[in-house]
Amino acid sequence: MKTASLFSALVLLIAAPAAAQSDDLLPDLDPGAVGAQDVEEVAVEGDDDGPLRGTVTDDSAWQDLGIAIASFATNRDQSTPANAQGTAALGLELARVVYSDLRFNGLFRPVGPDALPRPSYPQITDPAWNTWRGRSAEMLVHGYVRANDDGRLTVGCYLYDVALQSELVREGWVVNPSEWRRAAHKCADLVYSRLSGEDPFFDSRIAYIAETGPKDNRIKRLAIMDSDGANHRFITNGQSTALTPRYSPDYSKIAYLSYVDGNPRIYVYDIGSGRQTLVTQSANPTFAPRWSPDGRYILYSMAVGGNTDIYRVSAAGGGTPQRLTTGPAIEVGGSYSPDGSQIVFESDQSGAQQCYIMNSDGSNQRRISFFGGRCASPEWSPRGDQIAFTHIVGDFHIAVMNPQGRNVRTLTNGWQDEGPTWAPNGRIIQFFRTERNSGDTSIWQVDLTGDNERRLRTPVGASDPAWGPVLP
Amino acid sequence: MNRLIIAVTLSSALALGACKKEPPTVTPDAPQDTVRSTPTPTPTPMATAPQPGSQSHFAGAMAGADTIYFDTDRYNVDSEDQAALRRQAQYLLQYTDARATVEGHADERGTRDYNLALGERRANAAKNYLVSLGVPESRLRTVSYGEERPAAMASNEQAWARNRRAVTVMIER
Repeated sequence: MKTASLFSALVLLIAAPAAAQSDDLLPDLDPGAVGAQDVEEVAVEGDDDGPLRGTVTDDSAWQDLGIAIASFATNRDQSTPANAQGTAALGLELARVVYSDLRFNGLFRPVGPDALPRPSYPQITDPAWNTWRGRSAEMLVHGYVRANDDGRLTVGCYLYDVALQSELVREGWVVNPSEWRRAAHKCADLVYSRLSGEDPFFDSRIAYIAETGPKDNRIKRLAIMDSDGANHRFITNGQSTALTPRYSPDYSKIAYLSYVDGNPRIYVYDIGSGRQTLVTQSANPTFAPRWSPDGRYILYSMAVGGNTDIYRVSAAGGGTPQRLTTGPAIEVGGSYSPDGSQIVFESDQSGAQQCYIMNSDGSNQRRISFFGGRCASPEWSPRGDQIAFTHIVGDFHIAVMNPQGRNVRTLTNGWQDEGPTWAPNGRIIQFFRTERNSGDTSIWQVDLTGDNERRLRTPVGASDPAWGPVLP
Repeated sequence: MNRLIIAVTLSSALALGACKKEPPTVTPDAPQDTVRSTPTPTPTPMATAPQPGSQSHFAGAMAGADTIYFDTDRYNVDSEDQAALRRQAQYLLQYTDARATVEGHADERGTRDYNLALGERRANAAKNYLVSLGVPESRLRTVSYGEERPAAMASNEQAWARNRRAVTVMIER
């Protein structure tokens, strides 16, 4: 009896990766464009005067800044693999991406390149101050794009204080033509960081689940996109349900749940090779994958005889998984503190879902949520100062608390908002919202004030967002 | 009208089989000829009846007892569930070649990871009860679908009650 079940489990394990390979993963995926490529930082044009240093500390003050983002100029208009129209047209697109980043995130009061005069190439380092002063622009973003002989692009980005007529910061990057948008995101990050004092976050990617079809036959596919929704790709074809993806911190892998062999199991998909492997060689169902901040470990939840506990395994493969929780209740999920020393997770040992913290070796487990309602799917902020969670109080809301479980603030009030994931800088939270009856899902984001909430544009329904760190 | 008469005159096993979501593995002969030849139903030939151990045969024999239901966030087997599981166990003990999967489900009013764990708990609660009644564990497997495969589509208490369930289905050979 035991031999038979063991044998069938082994067959499943052997068959699973091969089946996943051929049946479910899209063959046309271009791994090169998905994997992070180096963006080389370069010195940019201009004199060698150091940037003017100032400090902006008041949140509300910088949110109201008017910023003019003019079309990026080029030294010589020539076509590149990035676009057919040439570097002049690409310069306009670059500025549009910077503008969209700032505008759609409710940051500053940006004015885009389509409403502004186009500066010439020499004016990038020597702005026409009189032009900009008359446009109520307090800040000015200039930039250029140049096609290099080796086929790559050099993009420069400059931030000026119009009233002071002085440069605040500048940076430049050499990128492959296929990654031109990353240069624009880096420019938006430069502007945002310099003016807000916060860490950057635009140059990052999101893994999520794309949903189509009716509620009783929903097709769920693993998909990825840039932080602004561009460069969208499906990774699985939808033949089997995919759930809960998580990017590895270096973006080389995605851990996610798939029913490809008929059972819920976590696979680790290697973006470079297109291959995927089971997170652990076990016949038991595994779900809720999470990476440690250094990428060395994967947390997963595994049900044995119906009892779910949290385990930790080396991400490199091999090694014996370590069981971190042992109780008869459901212990599930888990999110590391930024320094990797602690894990916040959820358990129903009190009779309902509540949030708990333990050391990363499983010791010193203690409940932190003692407020009304239930605490589910906790996610530790990359800054360490907050934990986002799904607050179940009849309806499902996104809320944050400090790591002591205090200072709870509710950020959203949909019918069912769940599954928070943090922007790399810990200032914005994405989550997904389910509509009553239809079950339609969409990804939303909200800032920590709760004031700026918006829906992300995705090609189809979207759930289970997982925001990766700033690209390496 | 004609179809209605046919359905009524068919054997009960066939009629039940026709109601199920899963199509029978063995398609019954077209019933028109039978009805036209004689107004009284002839016994259905054995070859066209659902095979014991098939999903359609099991579902027909269970008449609804293939599914048990749970309260919110609960996974205990109550007396009503026990009656249904006893019926399932009788079937599995009668047809000793039959193997089954117990599918655990949760309603949509839960978070995704927790619902997967909850579905696993429910499937195992049903499976453990079947094993306690003498069904060999080797003939039973479990799978949790969490909230991914609802049976009722609405977002209200009645629909959620129908979706918090464990369903036993035959593994077809």
